[in-house]
Amino acid sequence: MNIHEYQAKAILRKFGVPVPDGHVCYNGASAREWAKRLGAGPWVVKAQIHAGGRGKGGGVKLARTPDEVRDLTRGILGMTLRTHQTGPEGKVVARVLVENGCNIARELYVSLLVDRGSSKVTIMASTEGGMDIEEVAATTPEKIFVEAIDPLTGLTQFQCRNIAFSLGLTGKLVGKAAKLFESLYTTFVTCDCSLLEINPLVVTAEEDILALDAKFGFDDNAMFRHLQIGDMRDYDEEDPNEVEASQHDLSYIALNGNIGCLVNGAGLAMATMDIVKHYGGEPANFLDVGGGATIERVTEAFKIILSDPNVKGIFVNIFGGIMKCDVIATGVIEAARQVALKVPLVVRLEGTNVELGKKLLSESGLDIVAADGMADGAQKIVQAVKGAA
Amino acid sequence: MSILVDKNTRVITQGITGATGLFHAQGAREYGTQMVGGVTPGKGGTSIDNFPVFDTVRDAVAKTGANASVIYVPPPFAADSIMEAVEAGLDLVICITEGIPVLDMVKVKQYMQGKKTRLIGPNCPGVITPGECKIGIMPGYIHKPGKVGVVSRSGTLTYEAVWQLTQYGLGQSTCVGIGGDPVNGTSHIDCLRMFEEDQDTEAVIMIGEIGGSSEEEAARFVKEQMTKPVAAYIAGRTAPPGKRMGHAGAIISGGKGTATEKVSVLRECGIAVADTPAEMAQALLTVYTPK
Repeated sequence: MNIHEYQAKAILRKFGVPVPDGHVCYNGASAREWAKRLGAGPWVVKAQIHAGGRGKGGGVKLARTPDEVRDLTRGILGMTLRTHQTGPEGKVVARVLVENGCNIARELYVSLLVDRGSSKVTIMASTEGGMDIEEVAATTPEKIFVEAIDPLTGLTQFQCRNIAFSLGLTGKLVGKAAKLFESLYTTFVTCDCSLLEINPLVVTAEEDILALDAKFGFDDNAMFRHLQIGDMRDYDEEDPNEVEASQHDLSYIALNGNIGCLVNGAGLAMATMDIVKHYGGEPANFLDVGGGATIERVTEAFKIILSDPNVKGIFVNIFGGIMKCDVIATGVIEAARQVALKVPLVVRLEGTNVELGKKLLSESGLDIVAADGMADGAQKIVQAVKGAA
Repeated sequence: MSILVDKNTRVITQGITGATGLFHAQGAREYGTQMVGGVTPGKGGTSIDNFPVFDTVRDAVAKTGANASVIYVPPPFAADSIMEAVEAGLDLVICITEGIPVLDMVKVKQYMQGKKTRLIGPNCPGVITPGECKIGIMPGYIHKPGKVGVVSRSGTLTYEAVWQLTQYGLGQSTCVGIGGDPVNGTSHIDCLRMFEEDQDTEAVIMIGEIGGSSEEEAARFVKEQMTKPVAAYIAGRTAPPGKRMGHAGAIISGGKGTATEKVSVLRECGIAVADTPAEMAQALLTVYTPK
């Protein structure tokens, strides 16, 4: 789960991480009033969408007067912002963050994440603030500094100092940075983050250090213990089908192709997309119905797949283990009837009670193509979709 | 012979009075596994379908002589259950539970340092030595005793590989699902090392997926330290970056962990990588001639 920058900064503020004063605004008039209340200017007006690269896309502007804050806000609200992360369709801006500008002396980078190799939370910092960290890692890895954190002690003082000195900080800034890193770590573990990235972390002309931008990722598995963070979820920023799917405990991700896939198990679901592609088709989605798929869930899955107008055929690929094939077959038949299926449907069943499942499908009177094995199924659906086109 | 589990393994089920725990404990017992009891705090002293129930893992181990445990406890409590099993000194703990917060697992990993217990999972189908011992949720009948080891991050994809092997008449020594989470107990390399040392395993199928770099590390291990032939399949060639593909660990982040990158490292290390998931057994037969 992701959140907006203004929400991220509110969380950071709560944990004592210095951030610029600012406020989220939904119209020009309130933006003007908030600017006056925040300070003497200048101010920055920032489009709030779940994507990076907003500045380059024209979503971040500097204002010298409250009237300019109002006018810029009016210009940004409602605009379709296109960045390298939004895709060509872009995202419509529904809110802006108005905040005090600052005198930037240096731009740095710091982030925390769970490192899979060491199974530890790791803090990573770089002198190259404002840049894409992956690019820094690829071109100048010597400018990245890393400390792995022992869960027993947490981030230690000496590790904080190591990072601060590596970044070339001196004098009072070392202590200020160390305190900020410690607060970031506390935020990360208290909120069950999967990623916490501050880019840039700025040193001001007044020798202060603060988080100018903030990006959070949260561990979906831990959201049961963070209801308040869950409330920050902005469904408008997400694919409506993915939201619908998550409400039925289905794992669904929309893709650009035209062959809908309905599979049990995440690994098999990915493998099914791969084999469709291998035989010249394009998968329209990733969909894992899970181990305990019921008739209701299979029906919902069909509805979600078919709500994508690009879908020209569906491939059901099930390896029934504990889940019996006759149950799946009943679900598929029921679902196909309920949604009045009009596109080709290829079903591959394997595993427990497979014969019974196949018999049910063939006797259903529905136009279902049975497949022997995954490769056969993939070839058949690719053919069927090409034939229809 | 086999790795991790065999006919002498004595297993307790943590979370045995839950519907899932009981169902799979019964399934494992029918398969022939020595399922010797279970743990549900507060229900000690009772029994359920002839399984004695204990309040604590320590009690269960003392009374049943169990040396392994399988966990079906819900995600908020599962990390604690793993640590309880570790503390009780079990050799093997298999955690089936999906959805454990990753920071809970970070603590568990630290807790396990220096202890003798091996953890498999979490978020995995379990471990089976065909004909001897099945611990987990996999369908027993698709397996056949034999000489091929299988290690995988995915459940149903493991069944797919096993089914292909069985249809080719190739049995399995042991099949291990290591799970789809970013922080887990046992890696691909750990399993490969065990298969290499196991006299009755002649070849291995390794199934990986996008995310992290454990497949690449395993490939280097195969090249440098393994004498037995290895085939592989990597799921997620068509997965878009930045999206979590069902499994918490199946995500391409920062351009790292792509299937293309993994496949190329695996091939460089002499592993026979199947082009499609339908050809895993065929890929193995290009590098392995059954004796």
